[in-house]
Amino acid sequence: MITNKKPRSSDTDSIYMKDDRTEMSEDDDRSPSPNSITHDSRPTRTYTTGSGPGTGPGSSSVPEYLAPCPDQVLENVLENVLLFLTSRKDRNAASLVCRSWYRVEALTRSDLFIGNCYAVSPKRATSRFTRIRSVTLKGRPRFADFNLMPPNWGAHLAPWVSAMALTYPWLEKVHLKRMSVTDDDLALLAESFSGFKELVLVCCDGFGTSGLAIVASRCRQLKVLDLIESEVSDDDVDWISYFPDTGTCLESLIFDCVECPIDFDALERLVANSPSLKKLRLNRHVSMGQLHRLMAQAPRLTHLGTGSFSPSEDVGQGEQGPDYVSAFAACKSIVCLSGFREIIPDYLPAINPVCANLTSLNFSYANVSAEHLKPIISNCHKLQIFWVLDSICDEGLQAVAATCKELRELRVFPFEAREDIEGPVSEVGLQAVSEGCRKLQSILYFCQRMTNAAVVAMSKNCPDLVVFRLCIMGRHRPDHVTGEPMDEGFGAIVMNCKKLTRLAVSGLLTDRAFAYIGKYGKIVRTLSVAFAGDSDMGLKYVLEGCPRLQKLEIRDSPFGDAALLSGLHHYYNMRFLWMSACNLSNQGCQQIAQALPRLVVEVIKHEDNLDMDENVDTLYMYRSLEGPRDDVPRFVSIL
Amino acid sequence: MEFERDLHLDATELRLGLPGTATKQSSEKQKPNSNLAKSNKRSLPDMNEESAGSSRENSRTVSSNDKKSHDQETAPPIKAQVVGWPPIRSYRKNCLQAKKLEAEAAGLYVKVSMDGAPYLRKIDLKVYKGYPELLKALEEMFKFKAGKYSEREGYNGSKHVPTYEDKDGDWMLVGDVPWDMFISSCKRLRIMKESEARGLGCAV
Repeated sequence: MITNKKPRSSDTDSIYMKDDRTEMSEDDDRSPSPNSITHDSRPTRTYTTGSGPGTGPGSSSVPEYLAPCPDQVLENVLENVLLFLTSRKDRNAASLVCRSWYRVEALTRSDLFIGNCYAVSPKRATSRFTRIRSVTLKGRPRFADFNLMPPNWGAHLAPWVSAMALTYPWLEKVHLKRMSVTDDDLALLAESFSGFKELVLVCCDGFGTSGLAIVASRCRQLKVLDLIESEVSDDDVDWISYFPDTGTCLESLIFDCVECPIDFDALERLVANSPSLKKLRLNRHVSMGQLHRLMAQAPRLTHLGTGSFSPSEDVGQGEQGPDYVSAFAACKSIVCLSGFREIIPDYLPAINPVCANLTSLNFSYANVSAEHLKPIISNCHKLQIFWVLDSICDEGLQAVAATCKELRELRVFPFEAREDIEGPVSEVGLQAVSEGCRKLQSILYFCQRMTNAAVVAMSKNCPDLVVFRLCIMGRHRPDHVTGEPMDEGFGAIVMNCKKLTRLAVSGLLTDRAFAYIGKYGKIVRTLSVAFAGDSDMGLKYVLEGCPRLQKLEIRDSPFGDAALLSGLHHYYNMRFLWMSACNLSNQGCQQIAQALPRLVVEVIKHEDNLDMDENVDTLYMYRSLEGPRDDVPRFVSIL
Repeated sequence: MEFERDLHLDATELRLGLPGTATKQSSEKQKPNSNLAKSNKRSLPDMNEESAGSSRENSRTVSSNDKKSHDQETAPPIKAQVVGWPPIRSYRKNCLQAKKLEAEAAGLYVKVSMDGAPYLRKIDLKVYKGYPELLKALEEMFKFKAGKYSEREGYNGSKHVPTYEDKDGDWMLVGDVPWDMFISSCKRLRIMKESEARGLGCAV
């Protein structure tokens, strides 16, 4: 189909795509010509006279009717064809063919994806794409989640929602990740888009229950309100009660991260009034008794977050509590379970009736032991996604490996996130999982000790791995059996897992590990490095060897200016580079900034160290069409 | 190999002063780059371990106090903390830490009486991991022998039997229900004389 193999240079379209490599040459970066056809609405079109070269054939005999010129016909056809193009990558490729394709593609694109909210301005995006129904925006870099960046760095939704309020009256969906969203932003959103259907906020902050109340009351077409790992301030507003009493079209309501208590009666009414509700994830203030009542109102749920999963205080121990087993048995459609925020393990068997159908189970807030887990997991034959705490120990993981043959994604989180303890999971659990779960595609594994052998085993047993993230919590910790660095293990992963696109490394690693990554990690897009490597060579191997690298985040590793400079050829193809507590100097970063004008090079200082000394605490750089942003806080300087 | 120094030998070394105070944390963090540049990173592990030790306490207390605020660090990130390691999101850390702290701080104090003893004692049930430990502690405290427990016969061959009052007000034999359930339902303990305890075996 469309292929474009121009050499790399500055790239506008890549802002809108995740992993596209095609380029747009400089002179394509301009607004559509004034002769372009205007459209009222899809699919009808009006033709302006005199547009495009050439006139309609045979027009003399029919003076009033100007047959459409070939260009217009082409565009008409194109529009109807491009409507079917949904993949971002394909669309970006199509837009590069010629001006006319660019225009039509822009008019037919309905989903806007912006991987870095500072790579392009709201004005530019809304000018090019005028018919957007769904917007996805990502803001802060991931390492900000771990307090590596002072608060108020940026990623404000405000300028976006203002621009969209003017240009996208038919906007239906907004998905945000790591953005700062205020209550005012939510209010503007609720007022501006009458057909608004879907709001998903992942790892966002800056808003509170008052903002939620506005969304609940104003967005009458709301189908999805998903708050995932976001920080929601308690404004003392009972936001659940703001949903209309007459009924909602809610299909998904996820609020397990909301720390404020809610009015249960309002919630029960809401669930009763929402016949389409399929996904409900409650917060930890909902007790088991309350859960029971809600389940009775919504037996067709497919996704359930169980809230606290413990009885409220006033239920006596000997009292005949509600029949939880029947409640779960009645919900025959449940495929995804989560919650268990304050679990009393004795109640766990209540979920047995749904285990056989479960494809996703999230125990990552439940401190359960192997003993509690085994009877449950032994029924979960269809399980594909499993998130759990390391409290289940290697023994628990062995039980998972024995039953969950369909497992695609496993995440093992630490109950105690420390460096110096024995640790309940180890290479034993990893080995067991690799042998039992051959279809594994994604793993995140926190542990205190690991061996190269287990990692190598996984690389061979799980050839479908796309995501491999191993976090050995003790920094610089070697293979605890052989005493060697973890180079060979990670080397095997990049060598054997041909589909690997995301990698996070840990433990004691020398430059050799990076040599392996550079040599074999040809399709790696995201790489996370912490406390690893010996010298500049490590980073050089990666920058020179990984052509698909998009996101590189490094902390506390001995890479300096020379290494940074070795990536000049590649930085325009990346979404961002993060380097904190490495060996960078202002001079080195300046060189990059000067060599690459379309790169925004931010140097972030820790707040009590605002003097411009030679050393760079944190470097965060990203390609952008806009140059330095105008909302820079004082601890950030842009070179 | 050099990294053997990583094997916590430095952390176990006896030093003067409190952990974390004697090391050059401020200099490490103010010029982290020069330290890393000039020395092999493996010569820093003692500093890292030490600062990690103190930082863990700091970061833990800080984040549990500031659960809802954006400013997780009341102390600026430079000083003596391994910020953001291991890489767990604050939300998750706070949820689990809250549980741990609650569990550690709360304690579960119940009164213990023994027939014939002049005054009662109080013990913290949370301190014990299971029945054997609890019984041993009770035996030592009140100087008696509970005898062997069996499901069928209760405590066999002893003059004293440990019992407890549960949430419903019923007197139960210690050991009949799983430990977790016992912890959550026990209101107080009473060490009964064997003669009075008959009929309590196999309590349902």
